[in-house]
Amino acid sequence: MSFFAFSDARLVMPDRRLFLGSAALLSGAAVALLAGRDALAAESRGATEANDTNILNTALGAEHEAVAAYQVAAESGLLEKPVLALATQFQGHHREHAELLAKTVAQLGGKPAAAKARYTFPTEKLKTQADVLRFAAQLEKGAVSAYLNAVPVFGSRDLAKAAASILGDEAMHWAVLRHAVGENPVPVAFVS
Amino acid sequence: MPGLNWLAASILAGLAAAVASGEALTRSPAVDDAARGGEIYERCAACHSLDRNRTGPKHCGLLGRRAGSLPDFEYSPAMRASGIVWSEPTLDRFLAAPTAVVPGTYMGYAGIDDARERTDLIAYLKAANSSRALCP
Repeated sequence: MSFFAFSDARLVMPDRRLFLGSAALLSGAAVALLAGRDALAAESRGATEANDTNILNTALGAEHEAVAAYQVAAESGLLEKPVLALATQFQGHHREHAELLAKTVAQLGGKPAAAKARYTFPTEKLKTQADVLRFAAQLEKGAVSAYLNAVPVFGSRDLAKAAASILGDEAMHWAVLRHAVGENPVPVAFVS
Repeated sequence: MPGLNWLAASILAGLAAAVASGEALTRSPAVDDAARGGEIYERCAACHSLDRNRTGPKHCGLLGRRAGSLPDFEYSPAMRASGIVWSEPTLDRFLAAPTAVVPGTYMGYAGIDDARERTDLIAYLKAANSSRALCP
């Protein structure tokens, strides 16, 4: 599976899609194509893909950290069995996100960000299961905001759609974690 | 306080600790702004922390720092070359539209549209940076 599997592989070239889709939304590359300035269009498209690669790699770095955070949680000895199963499931989701992001970065010709050899977490503040769950919820809430704000800056609408798919998953994690510590799982109608 | 959650409570506790330790943080509009900004800062939690580098650089010491200058963090070339020194005005501009202000930044984040939210977030960062409890 690839990020691009969310839609037609032809749509890897987002600016051309914009060109074909709506004259009102012509990008710089599309304008250049329209004017027959292929070199400029290619340059613009390259810049767009480089930008998208940067966004994907930043997301990949955060996903690597999330995998590591859930590992710390799982090994903390603080989680009851059903909660441990949940944490392990969520960690698996983050691992899947990371794998997909890495694959897509490579498809775009970039070098996928590697996981760090070591992560530092505020483990001195994690004394109970509730502490661990609230810490995880904090990371998931941040991830929701990060993906939400990545969506509009992707040059590729397909990548934006895929990021929104991950956003939905992270929002579910956040809600479940809030519920697990007795908080309103969905406290607001909009996320930001 | 409606909507106050664990992290915001921790932030307020940190600010309260700063007050208790004799720091010049008394209840004032600025502290109220900072408290609201602390809740907004939760949006940054996927990548940033005050006191440690993560996917994004740490924010302790941010005000007055040249962008891209932490020696132990790998910035984008664009950020290193930006020439920005972080202040209230430069942060306000950057937070409104990071990728427009520094094209090529690794911070692929659309930005915070609401000027009041940016003001509160910057107030929080200022308060945190002047607090020995939050930024030892």
